Amino acid sequence: MTPSPAATDRPDTGALRPRPAVRWSAARRSLADRPALTLAGILVLLLAATDAVSPGFVTPHQLSTTLLYAAPLGALAAGQTLAMLTGGIDLSVSATATAAAYLIAGLGAQGTPRALAVALALGLVVGMTNGIGIGIFRVQPLIMTLGMAGVLGGALTLASLTFTNGVPVVPDAVHELGSGTVLGYLPLNTLVWAPLAVVLLVGLARSGLGRAIYAVGDNPLACRLAGVRVWQVLLVTYVLGGVLSAIAGILLVGYTNAADLNLATPYLLQSVAAVVIGGTSILGGSGGYAGTILGALILTVLDSLLTILNVSQAGKQMLYGAIVLGLAWIYARTALVE
Amino acid sequence: MRRHLTPAMNLLEVRGVSKRYGAVVALRSASLTVAPAEVHALLGANGAGKSTLVKILTGVIRPDAGTIEMGGRPVHLTSPASAPGAGLAAVFQDPSLVPDLTVRQNLRLTGADSAAVRRWLAAMDLRVDEDDLVGDLPLPLLRMLDLARALAREPRLLILDEITAALPADLVERVFLVIRQWREHGRSVLFISHRLVEVRTICDRATVLRDGADVGTLTLAERTEQHIVALMLGPMATSDDAPCPVGPDTGPQPEAAAPDRASAASEARLLLEARGLAMSGALRGVSFSLRAGEILGIAALEGQGQDALFDCLAGNRRADAGEIRVAGRVLAPRSPYDAIRAGVVLVPADRAHALLPQRSARENIALPLYNRATRWGLIDLRGEGTRAGAAIARLAIDTRAQRQVRRMSGGNQQKVVVARWVAAGFRVVLCFDPTRGIDVGTKRQIHRLLRDLAGAGAAVLLFTSELPEIALVCDRVLALYEGRIVHELPAQAADEATLLRLVHGLVREEPVG
Repeated sequence: MTPSPAATDRPDTGALRPRPAVRWSAARRSLADRPALTLAGILVLLLAATDAVSPGFVTPHQLSTTLLYAAPLGALAAGQTLAMLTGGIDLSVSATATAAAYLIAGLGAQGTPRALAVALALGLVVGMTNGIGIGIFRVQPLIMTLGMAGVLGGALTLASLTFTNGVPVVPDAVHELGSGTVLGYLPLNTLVWAPLAVVLLVGLARSGLGRAIYAVGDNPLACRLAGVRVWQVLLVTYVLGGVLSAIAGILLVGYTNAADLNLATPYLLQSVAAVVIGGTSILGGSGGYAGTILGALILTVLDSLLTILNVSQAGKQMLYGAIVLGLAWIYARTALVE
Repeated sequence: MRRHLTPAMNLLEVRGVSKRYGAVVALRSASLTVAPAEVHALLGANGAGKSTLVKILTGVIRPDAGTIEMGGRPVHLTSPASAPGAGLAAVFQDPSLVPDLTVRQNLRLTGADSAAVRRWLAAMDLRVDEDDLVGDLPLPLLRMLDLARALAREPRLLILDEITAALPADLVERVFLVIRQWREHGRSVLFISHRLVEVRTICDRATVLRDGADVGTLTLAERTEQHIVALMLGPMATSDDAPCPVGPDTGPQPEAAAPDRASAASEARLLLEARGLAMSGALRGVSFSLRAGEILGIAALEGQGQDALFDCLAGNRRADAGEIRVAGRVLAPRSPYDAIRAGVVLVPADRAHALLPQRSARENIALPLYNRATRWGLIDLRGEGTRAGAAIARLAIDTRAQRQVRRMSGGNQQKVVVARWVAAGFRVVLCFDPTRGIDVGTKRQIHRLLRDLAGAGAAVLLFTSELPEIALVCDRVLALYEGRIVHELPAQAADEATLLRLVHGLVREEPVG
């Protein structure tokens, strides 16, 4: 920063008292210090803007729909948050979600509990494989999860050929869970998302595992020297990510009521965008799930706004990509300045 | 002799420079002038703002306010690349060379005039094979190479930031030789070092920083070390162990190890035994034992196997042969986790290897508590707060910047690393040069803490690159040379001259010439 006249002209108010800073850096600092407040402000602004473009958007019904849309993304971005807090990334979240959705539809005829159990088990196995690769064999997270996404995608394409022999049916209970509401407006899938969110928020802030996740993302070598077994932390992180992705897939297929090969594909970029908008560092070690929740809500409202404005899916993709790049640039600059 | 210079003739003129990180003021208002043909020292305790000022002068960070002039012209340093254009070149404690490239490739990378670099290396009587990989060369040599590279740029002001830290004495002499030549050619040097003896040897004037502001510039020939230390520490110098106004680098050692402690320790139980530890190329059969309540010093020049010794005791690397016993039980650690469980903990040489820079002091201190899946449940926040708080109080850690330890000063960061083990508990602490790059006040606190810990029944293994520290803190000392222990002696006998001979591998008594 160049010395600002505004900062130098004012009388020194005291030895250790911070001086009034340049406005731009103050804005950036508030984004860094209180991301939740800033993000909540952005969310309110976006809601107001959408309401201005399409009067009557801010109604209980529309807000309920927003939550309904946001829940699968929120669950998917939860796994992404954990991976990114450790300094990694999980590019297999959408493939895992799609695979879980496929299993639900394909095994629905054999009973809902069985289908759910198999879908969750798939998430567990995928996550564990990722975790073993990354934690024990030290494969780069980007490569490990990209490869995993490729394997899952191919397996699904093969499986889809056999599923067409039967009749893929999403069980009614899953459909209800993914699209129904209670008490008029409260989406059922929010009732799945909310407890997950509480567990994650409390877990990250108040549990030993949460501390270890932040610590590994901040400095893995320091963790090793302090006796933290980094591989265990990474393994558990990616297992949680796999299970959360499977849950997201279940919510998603419940909403669409049909599985297709690209069901969760658009959500991959969105999951990264939600985490980055939420202020979690791409380099790991700082941020949290509260920001991600707000990031997911912001993206959902933004998506509605863009739909109202007749922006195509391709246009949305470009915008989300640009948001991720822009925020990455801002964070990199902030890190540089510090 | 340089007092006749008027301010208008100053080479470097820094006025009222300040820098703030969030709510933490790193530099309040610092001014500094360096005259032509002057070696000027920048002094200050840890956290006084030296590093910040150096970073500003080298374009690494930009100041919030203040001006910098070189030869009467204002300079705006926007990045490290803009410093040479302004006539500034710096050499840091950690050489800025790419380890995977050869020396020649490194020089080409930075556009250095390799003929000039060669000339400077020759002037320092150093031979470097330019086809060697930088990663294969020892650290002291790399620092000299970095110095030659900076000199080859012919800067008007050379900034040397802790260049002599952990540098063997003969290389320090060569650095001084070059500095003197440099001065004779009318060039200036800004010299930053914690070693007051060196500062007095080589510098003309010194500017002292305290709490982010300059508190005085003095002509060194006119002032005693006590004066300088008092100025560096401010009022706190008198309140904190008053009878010792002199840094451990310098003069009398009023708190030298009490003679009866060693004999008391000989009856205490063995906490750490090493038998024939070997590691390819680095350790060739090291054996020693360490008792409860004892501080055992390791004296060695750079690269004599001390890194390998500490790493294998701490479980960070595995020894090829040999045995470690902790309180009588064999320890064959596969990772630091195993060593820590057995009660052997490490304070590593580099704070960057020990700290979580973005996390709070409290989280940094509590880190070893969450090392097992069985401890991943909900944290007892009150218990953790009490433990961390007690450790913070015991080490007198300045908690103003505790929300992120990267904003803390170097000395305070080092205290956080030690506090971690004080809070977690241990039997044997391995301290690798814990006072490197730390101011005299913090140094004394760390010395006292080590003795307190030993007094409470812990065993301490201490490697230090500052030989006078050994007589000051240790009970016994081992001299390590080329991966072997060449001599053992009680600390009372470990005066600097004796130790210097031993660390150079000269075991037998020789007439001091």
